[in-house]
Amino acid sequence: MALAARKASEAGAATESAQPKKTSAAAKKQATPKKPAALKAANRKAMEAVPPLTKEQELHAYREMLLIRRFEEKAGQMYGMGLIGGFCHLYIGQEAVVVGMQMATREGDQVITGYRDHGHMLACGMDANGVMAELTGRRGGYSKGKGGSMHMFSKEKHFYGGHGIVGAQVSLGTGIAFANRYRKNGAVCLTYFGDGAANQGQVYESFNMAELWKLPVVFVIENNKYAMGTSVSRASAQTDFSKRGTSFNIPGEQVDGMDVRAVKAAGERAIEWARSGKGPYILEMQTYRYRGHSMSDPAKYRSKDEVQRMREEHDPIEQVRRRLLTDWKVSEDELKAIDAKVREIVNQSAEFATNDPEPDPSELWTDVLL
Amino acid sequence: MPIDVLMPALSPTMESGKLSKWLKKEGDPIKSGDVIAEIETDKATMEVEAVDEGILAKILIPDGTEEVAVNTPIAIIAAEGEDASAVSAAPKAAPAPKAVEAVAAAPAVAVEAKAPAGAAPARASEPEPEVPAGTEMVSMTVREALRDAMAEEMRRDPSVFVMGEEVAEYQGAYKVTQGLLQEFGADRVIDTPITEHGFAGLGVGAAFTGLRPIVEFMTFNFAMQAIDQIINSAAKTLYMSGGQLGCPIVFRGPNGAAARVAAQHSQDYAAWYSHIPGLKVVAPYTAADAKGLLKAAIRDPNPVIFLENEILYGHAFEVPKLDDYVVPIGKARVARAGRDVTIVAYSIGMTYALKAAEELAKDGIEAEVVDLRTIRPMDIETIVASVRKTGRCVTVEEGWGQSGVGAEIAARLMEHAFDYLDAPVTRVSGKDVPMPYAANLEKLALPSVAEVVAAAKAIAYA
Repeated sequence: MALAARKASEAGAATESAQPKKTSAAAKKQATPKKPAALKAANRKAMEAVPPLTKEQELHAYREMLLIRRFEEKAGQMYGMGLIGGFCHLYIGQEAVVVGMQMATREGDQVITGYRDHGHMLACGMDANGVMAELTGRRGGYSKGKGGSMHMFSKEKHFYGGHGIVGAQVSLGTGIAFANRYRKNGAVCLTYFGDGAANQGQVYESFNMAELWKLPVVFVIENNKYAMGTSVSRASAQTDFSKRGTSFNIPGEQVDGMDVRAVKAAGERAIEWARSGKGPYILEMQTYRYRGHSMSDPAKYRSKDEVQRMREEHDPIEQVRRRLLTDWKVSEDELKAIDAKVREIVNQSAEFATNDPEPDPSELWTDVLL
Repeated sequence: MPIDVLMPALSPTMESGKLSKWLKKEGDPIKSGDVIAEIETDKATMEVEAVDEGILAKILIPDGTEEVAVNTPIAIIAAEGEDASAVSAAPKAAPAPKAVEAVAAAPAVAVEAKAPAGAAPARASEPEPEVPAGTEMVSMTVREALRDAMAEEMRRDPSVFVMGEEVAEYQGAYKVTQGLLQEFGADRVIDTPITEHGFAGLGVGAAFTGLRPIVEFMTFNFAMQAIDQIINSAAKTLYMSGGQLGCPIVFRGPNGAAARVAAQHSQDYAAWYSHIPGLKVVAPYTAADAKGLLKAAIRDPNPVIFLENEILYGHAFEVPKLDDYVVPIGKARVARAGRDVTIVAYSIGMTYALKAAEELAKDGIEAEVVDLRTIRPMDIETIVASVRKTGRCVTVEEGWGQSGVGAEIAARLMEHAFDYLDAPVTRVSGKDVPMPYAANLEKLALPSVAEVVAAAKAIAYA
């Protein structure tokens, strides 16, 4: 049994630890002769080289990703101290996905995701104090301490959760897009889900309606290679998630989700497609989570080498950092200043979340009905 | 031998229909497969095809006859060369204006559940106290009342829309949404694919943004596919968001047993949804309540489960003719006053309760019948007030007994009226089996008037 498990994990490592495919290669692989014209066009665009970011954009991406990284590290630490309870799913390693996508949005676009949601909230501009205090179950948390890690929302920041049932957010996000079309407000809903959720039935029910009614929704599949402990190849008959919309005529792309530039560029294409009334668009973000599925997961289903390789060769923050130092000649001191600012925000949020009181007992009975 | 052509049943719950038009006349030769007549039900106009061959010897029910009961002979086909005079010997059944006898004779139908339109006791449709004296009352079916409620609310609020399977172009699988597409257009009356889980979730997502969807399930049996979205997303998000994200949505459709559709299509979900904090659960009986409560449900800022009943769709009741008739959610109604025993029921359970009350009255037992109307939040005050008077309570539901609505009422009465009870609270419910198909077994599986009468007598020690 142990041997078999190890073999499986090695096999998984061998197939799954391959570098994220270059978008051009992925696009070529996708281009089959029978594809509708729309899909072909999408793939042609994907073949174009990754456009560079400006210095300001690189700095912005660096700061945003670093905030998520440090926040999550702190959350992990506080979980270990018993300050955070229950489930806690960290986003470390996947930061480029949500940060790149947010760089492609405009005010009013909505975001909805599953349970690995802290990064999305921070990227949407939600306050670190409120997020951390929700993790510790305090009254200053976004849900007054009643939702926890997986259930936070901000109407002001157009963030619709934070959903704990795998795949449920896909139908919900499609509904938000439906409301956008109903109101003709020009907004697009970014609906995030993982490679695990991509096998849920309601995802395809939603794909069907989204394309049928040309709803302004971008389905962002964060393929971090493992649905909890099950590698993609052990759970999915079709491991190219960009093709999951093919039978509904939804165009899709595979994107290097460790490269914030590639994410932003693909996000812009997808959002433009959806906003212009052409319907949904699928982006498979090839990414990687460094930590276990949740805090209690030792992640024995993959090798240490695999994780190490991803961290060393593909880390999304390191990539930006290198470019800032070499291409943009930003000084180490300048970056250190950013690091210090981010640490200050995170430490302050931990401080707040530790000392903020628990909700008043009377809160037990509130917010059940309006 | 001449052959009787019988009035066909065109749906599981059809009791009678209008013979709108004969397409053949007496003396015409008939081949099997020929369309001989058109029949109009409350849902659709259907063509009747001949099964037998011969000559249309006699038309027994003329064009335009209303309320022809299912199984009534409507014509006689004589064999080729058969003596036309043989026809006169054929049994001639008069068109039954009221379907109930003919239906009762057929083994196919749960009789108590099928009181024909207009047969509902007058007391069941007593106006609400808030209806001003002298308000004109109009007779209306539950189906029409539901449609009017949706139409009125859609006129009032552009954020209200209706979606579901066959709600638009087909005009509703049970014709509840008839005419809405024509008035409100395809942007607001939306046919969905057959994907309950997906479109329920889509509706909830739209409601999170402040739209007010009415999601129709063709029946609540199919909503089991969607129950995760109803409970985990619609009911809980307000709480999980600390009050930020409400979900003003109505899930509606027929609930409970129809007739002869067997276990997967015959289930009462009142108890299921009533278990869930964050939901309101409504189950009206009369057309007036159907209208007033549906309008209230659409305006409610919370998710509302609105349980209709297919058999009641065609039943007519008096509905107050008011511009804006809204019945508050969470209030039961005393449908019949009495001093000896309280009978609490909801939805089609009211038909058993009211008939049982009449039977009991013949034996000198005056039953007070409480129509629960809302299952959650439950109006326990009205029940307790009644039980304080009568000291006895029988609950009636078509759903199963265990953890059912009656079980909840019994527990609440223990908590709130123990000292007033002179006898144990007694439940009449659906039998603890999946719904059988066979007509006799189905009838046995459902509650009956006799069971309600027996339960009431047992605790009244009569």
